[in-house]
Amino acid sequence: MSNSTELHIEENHDHEHEDYVGDKMGMWLFLFTELLLFGGMFLAFLVYYISFYTEDFHNAGKNLNVMMGGGNTLILLTSSLTMVLAITAIQKKNKFLSIFYLIVTIACAGGFMVVKYFEWGAKFSHGLYPAKLTSLAEYFGPSIIPSLPKGEAIFFGLYFTMTGLHGFHVMAGVAVLLIVLYKVIVNDIDSEKFGYMENVGLYWHVVDLIWIYLFPLLYLVA
Amino acid sequence: MVSSAKTFYEDKALIFQGFQESLEKAGENNKLYKFLAWVLSWIFSTDHKRVGILYLITMAAFFAIGVSLGLLIRFELFLPGEQFISARVYNSVFTMHGVIMIFLVVIPGIPATFGNFCLPLQLGAPDVSFPKLNLSTWWLFMIGAGLAVLSLFVGTNANGELMMVAPDGGWTFYVPYSLESSANISLALSGAFILGFSSMFTGMNFITTIHRMRAKGMGFFQMPLFCWSLYASSWIQVLATPVVSITLLLVIIERFMGIGIFDPSKGGDPVLYQHMFWIYSHPAVYLMVIPAMGVVSDVIAVFSRRTIFGYKAIAISSMAIAFVGYFVWAHHMFTSGMTETAQIVFSFLTFFVAIPTAIKTFNWIATLYKGSIHLSVPMVWALTFVFLFSIGGLTGLLNGAINADIHVHDTYYVVGHFHYTMFGGGMVGLFCACHYWFPKVTGKIYNESVGYLAWAFFFVGFNTLYGSMLVMGLLGMPRRYHDYLPQFTIWHQLSTIGAVIMVTGLIIMFINLLKGWINGPKANENHWDGRSLEWTHSASPPILLNFDKDPEVQGGPYDYDGEWK
Repeated sequence: MSNSTELHIEENHDHEHEDYVGDKMGMWLFLFTELLLFGGMFLAFLVYYISFYTEDFHNAGKNLNVMMGGGNTLILLTSSLTMVLAITAIQKKNKFLSIFYLIVTIACAGGFMVVKYFEWGAKFSHGLYPAKLTSLAEYFGPSIIPSLPKGEAIFFGLYFTMTGLHGFHVMAGVAVLLIVLYKVIVNDIDSEKFGYMENVGLYWHVVDLIWIYLFPLLYLVA
Repeated sequence: MVSSAKTFYEDKALIFQGFQESLEKAGENNKLYKFLAWVLSWIFSTDHKRVGILYLITMAAFFAIGVSLGLLIRFELFLPGEQFISARVYNSVFTMHGVIMIFLVVIPGIPATFGNFCLPLQLGAPDVSFPKLNLSTWWLFMIGAGLAVLSLFVGTNANGELMMVAPDGGWTFYVPYSLESSANISLALSGAFILGFSSMFTGMNFITTIHRMRAKGMGFFQMPLFCWSLYASSWIQVLATPVVSITLLLVIIERFMGIGIFDPSKGGDPVLYQHMFWIYSHPAVYLMVIPAMGVVSDVIAVFSRRTIFGYKAIAISSMAIAFVGYFVWAHHMFTSGMTETAQIVFSFLTFFVAIPTAIKTFNWIATLYKGSIHLSVPMVWALTFVFLFSIGGLTGLLNGAINADIHVHDTYYVVGHFHYTMFGGGMVGLFCACHYWFPKVTGKIYNESVGYLAWAFFFVGFNTLYGSMLVMGLLGMPRRYHDYLPQFTIWHQLSTIGAVIMVTGLIIMFINLLKGWINGPKANENHWDGRSLEWTHSASPPILLNFDKDPEVQGGPYDYDGEWK
């Protein structure tokens, strides 16, 4: 990558300053903040799991569908692979292949959300949803979470918050991937100028990485 | 290097150029269009200098609101019993005083204003690394600030009636009260959440700028110390803010959905909230002060005509404060029921953080020693910083000691202590920066005699105001109380009188600076004979992309021979 680095450092007074390495650096700093954001939640999870409710967390974890969670893990891992392939394709000047892999990546992200929809829907229909959302009672009956042991209630609270926040990041990922797709189509991203795409790729890997930690913590804790 | 080119005030504004130009064309006959074009050229400009000035103006407005709320508290407390605001409103007033002063004034503080304005100039760069991101931080700041200020005014109470339900219970939003209060907590927290993004993006931008955009010949250890302080505080912004973001978000989620995470009645642990809150908010304390230390390092060297004593020690101690500052958070929680081991560890680490702070103070004093000192207005403010921050720091040691803290915890002593550090530190540093870089920003100079007068009012008022708080705290006056026992009356009255004197000083200072900006006499190009790039290589005020040609650094930022020219 070193020759492309040279290529993009041009200090020109009339142009906007372009800096491949600087852009990467800024992106990595942003990714640190993302990891720390989830880090706060992991911290809360571990405090409750280790110090207070080990047994309850085990019991509550049994209610989660490992098949769906595992399937989603596979989907995200695949999408990370296709993301890398899309970048490599554009670097090798194969625009067509790059677009194909980008579409696969976005489709995987969509598939992830679809699985999530069915997963959450199943939980809701068993009365497992945050108790204050009383408007849901109309469709699913009253929430049973308040009647669970306290540790299990906390587990489901964390489950919905962490996977919900992660799902939000997946959707944000889809949005930026669509921008990348557009840029590739209109030749804004090509074999000389792919820093933006690489940064979006980095973001996508972090979304994947966070899920890789969420999956065992929530689904396999039982 | 004096350039005859247009200053950045007269030049183009870099974004939405076409729209602005067509508006200007239309504005040749229409004053409204002309005005619109002018406003656009500011609020959509990616020029770091304009963004810095935008921050300066908006923060001045929020500062005025915060000061008014503070004065309201002081007037209410002039006599025991209820004067003119009820206990409930009183709770909202001190909470919003805290929220506005902390989140909207001191935390963005020096980095957002003079950091934006001076960092690229001091590094010899045409702009920051990500100019658009830089502009977006101001917009995020305005959205967050708007939500926070909105929460002051509107909302419904528990019975569904529209009324003033400003957040109460303090700026720390401790659970479980913040989960149960019917006030506008969620709105204020969403504001703080968005402000967090603004802060993080500024930090990311500055770190990248410092790594990538230094002028030729400028290594890390040839940077002015102000840049070092921004570097340290930027790391705090990047690494600490996300933790508070998620914490505040969890409170919002808890309020809307009842997931139980901090709610003891549902199995949650409220002390966990305090931990997560202070993991950010204690480093944030240093985030407020470190940039002020950077300003003071620069100013003291310039006005004593000496190379700064212990450059590397000052630079590295900034990083050390930022680093050690992460591991002291629980000293806010000595009375919350932690284990004794945790208390001892955090108390020890708290004392440890005093070491890099003291290193700086002694280096400043060593710089002054045998210096050719000029007591110009910026220098007076810089020395005031050293004096007031020393009091703030030393009173902090008492809070850091476990046994003493049990006595002074939640008293006015703590209020006095943190106003000495935050206001006497962070804000005095900002005032110092305002006076030091004034000729750079405006090309003009304020009236120096009036500057001294404003300082004198401020200094006397400040110490009366917060000094009496220290005393009455030690005597046992609890903080955040709407009423008090008669024996504290004298101290409260002294404090209120001090507040009036101090605010008089602030008003004089503000008018003086404003008058100087509008029709002050023209300043010299390098008004204080500074040696860093913003003085030696760029015009006052600077041109659009700062430098005619990329500057090359010979010599350090503090190359003085001890003589005044």
